Amino acid sequence: MNTVSHVIITPEETLLDGKCIFRGSITGLYREFAGDYPKFFKMDSLCRLGFMAAELLLKNIPAPIRENAAIVLFNRNGSLITDRNYQKTISDDNYFPSPALFVYTLANIVTGEIAIRNKIYGESSFYILDEYNAAQIEDISASVFITSSPSLLLTGWVDYNDETDYLADMKLVTDKETDLR
Amino acid sequence: MIACIADNIISPMGLTTEENFSSVSNGMSMLRIHEDTFGLPEAFCASMLDRKLISDLFADHALSDNGYSLFEKLCILSATDAISSCALQAESEDVIFVISTTKGNVDMLGTDADYPGCRLAVSAEKIAGYFGNTNTPVVTSNACVSGVCAQIAAIRLLLGGKYRYAVVIGCDVLSRFIISGFQSFKALSPEPCRPFDIDRTGLNLGEAAGTMILENIGRTEFPGNGCLWEFAACSNHNDANHISGPSRTGEGAFRVLKDILGKTDRDDIAFVNLHGTATPYNDEMESIALHRAGLEDLPANGFKGYYGHTLGAAGIIETILSMKAIEAGIIPATKGYGAKGTSYSISASASSRVTDKNTFIKILSGFGGSNAGIAYRRRDVPLCATFRKGGEA
Repeated sequence: MNTVSHVIITPEETLLDGKCIFRGSITGLYREFAGDYPKFFKMDSLCRLGFMAAELLLKNIPAPIRENAAIVLFNRNGSLITDRNYQKTISDDNYFPSPALFVYTLANIVTGEIAIRNKIYGESSFYILDEYNAAQIEDISASVFITSSPSLLLTGWVDYNDETDYLADMKLVTDKETDLR
Repeated sequence: MIACIADNIISPMGLTTEENFSSVSNGMSMLRIHEDTFGLPEAFCASMLDRKLISDLFADHALSDNGYSLFEKLCILSATDAISSCALQAESEDVIFVISTTKGNVDMLGTDADYPGCRLAVSAEKIAGYFGNTNTPVVTSNACVSGVCAQIAAIRLLLGGKYRYAVVIGCDVLSRFIISGFQSFKALSPEPCRPFDIDRTGLNLGEAAGTMILENIGRTEFPGNGCLWEFAACSNHNDANHISGPSRTGEGAFRVLKDILGKTDRDDIAFVNLHGTATPYNDEMESIALHRAGLEDLPANGFKGYYGHTLGAAGIIETILSMKAIEAGIIPATKGYGAKGTSYSISASASSRVTDKNTFIKILSGFGGSNAGIAYRRRDVPLCATFRKGGEA
């Protein structure tokens, strides 16, 4: 696989292709590099994190190429933070389940949010691993090209535990050297 | 060639694939109204497993009981049956476990917000570990399309050459968490669901576990009944439209069908097994996708009227049931269907039909805008009397 672009977002900093481009919160990152998508504020934290990583990676990719991209993401916690929040809304003494929250109790919603924003009609898949395992992520990502031919693959790790503990380590890759202009 | 060499279904309709297929053939359903279940304020209609039966079965059959949850017991029981039916050495290095679930042990959050098994990979390691398998299991969590995604993930890993066998398990158990969420969406039908029907009002949820054992086959002789299910094609496309509503143009499902038709022989397709949840929007979306793919006349069916929507198990058990149907030469009836209720025709039927074709397509759609599909083809193969799998052949 050929890496086109690589982004790392942590509570400390955001690195794009190895260069620090931002320090601050995910919302701060949104205001600096997106800002035009109010739906961002409806998303849970996992989706906001994955969404911003995708914004940074895809901003220079033309729409016709984006359309056939694949999104294959991984994490450890799934949607556990939102699961716990939803669980609090269904206790006996305080029962008010909300569809707007329930939908985010699925980790793969982040792939859907990225697809909607970027009009990506390719594959969207989400995998849960016990821990960050670069070799396993690489194996599964590379295997996408065995049964399909996406123009681009947006792949990597997107895990959110709390505001001091999160990591997006996502890449845009192609099967081989490709002209993406 | 990738082939499915063994399978199992555990559901309220039976504890083996054969029992389940027989129940479907007899038109049975275990969809029932449940009141005061999980302490929910509202009744719901679902197909629920007998928890004591599963617990007793596990106590009788399990090699060890290391504090397994209901979800883990079901996965282990289902995989045990499939593994033993093909004598697979599941601990072997060339075997990978792939697990499909939407929510795994989420029911445990009600009693312990920090229960480690709520992390799906922790639970998956326990399941693979039960069989002595030390490869890191793969968990696909793609909402309702997980069961097909797990098969696709397994097939890719086998084609990649690192593993020869994949034990693909799909399972979800119902809980206050899951039922309340679907109730909040107003997605549930108060009575047994009616896929594709004019009077459909929503879906029912169901519980099941299913296992498929896939092999990257280099052999020329095979066990079993003289037929083999060969993987033919797969596809996965997002609607890029809405996180909880199906696309009004059926975009993702249409693209999935188009990809699969490009890699299969249209004249050999017996039927498309649809998602058919019986929500107004899902079934309408599938009718549009079929129409756009030129498949309005191809026989179609759905299993939700028997089982309800079994979430992470759906893609696995509905694939297995489709295989058994073709082996029996039938296109199963769509239980609950009566009269056309979608903009474009879906060639569903309230009674079973005969077929002499060998290929089927299974498609699913789900939250997150995901759509996935897979096709298998039946092949006649020479029989052999003795065999061993995993490790030494």
